[in-house]
Amino acid sequence: MLALLVAQNIAFYIIAALMVVGAIRVVTTKNVMHAALWLVLVLSGAAAQYILLAAEFVAITQVLVYLGAIIVLFLFGIMLTRAKTGNDDDLDNKKSAKFIGAGIGVLLLGLMSYSLIDGFKDTEFGNLMVQRTAEVSDSIFSTYLLPFEVLSVLLLAALIGAIVIARRD
Amino acid sequence: MFLNQFLLLAAILFCIGVYGVLARKNGVLVLMSIELILNAVNINLVAFGAYWHANDMANVSGQVFALFVIAVAAAEVGVGLALVLLIYRNRQSIDIDDVDMLKG
Repeated sequence: MLALLVAQNIAFYIIAALMVVGAIRVVTTKNVMHAALWLVLVLSGAAAQYILLAAEFVAITQVLVYLGAIIVLFLFGIMLTRAKTGNDDDLDNKKSAKFIGAGIGVLLLGLMSYSLIDGFKDTEFGNLMVQRTAEVSDSIFSTYLLPFEVLSVLLLAALIGAIVIARRD
Repeated sequence: MFLNQFLLLAAILFCIGVYGVLARKNGVLVLMSIELILNAVNINLVAFGAYWHANDMANVSGQVFALFVIAVAAAEVGVGLALVLLIYRNRQSIDIDDVDMLKG
């Protein structure tokens, strides 16, 4: 049991480091295409963290929806707006805006990590159980049936809205 | 494993995403930063869901909410990229700074 915990912790820290590096590259890189590819690293890292948390179904959905669909949408967006394929120096706001943004980010991080460390000190997960897909589907189609239906209406509205907005008249 | 490990990772990703939204002016890159933020929230939801599930086997609300967030994020990216395409078609650039017609 202890060996498993150590292995889980090592896996967590390796994946977390990769995710943070990838996220920083997404917001700093000079190449739009590279930003999309670094985003793939962050999103697949998130899927790996879900596996560590024993949430199989969300991990698979993350791979299918984010890596399969949303990244492809982003690549379409990059290509259709004819972004420069090489380095582009005109992606960021001016220096002062970047400094203010970094300041707000660091301030927010300090505030959140203080309250998290204060609030959850060393709460452990206890015995992590696999959260079965059958339980998830039971929950969606009983307790959360109404939100599920509302969500399908939202998806329909987004579909029609996207077509109406992007259509050439 | 501590619950805080995951919550702090999510906080770091969230702040990087906030920085991206504020520092970038390319429309597609701003949308990518928003994806980072949504993912941070999802990690939080799944971590709390796993923590709750360890105490109450029948409860998988964290996962259900994470799935809802994923679906809403997909819809958001679809509409967002349609808007970016429209901006590009009208003014041949996707600099968010250039979209300032509401300023008198």
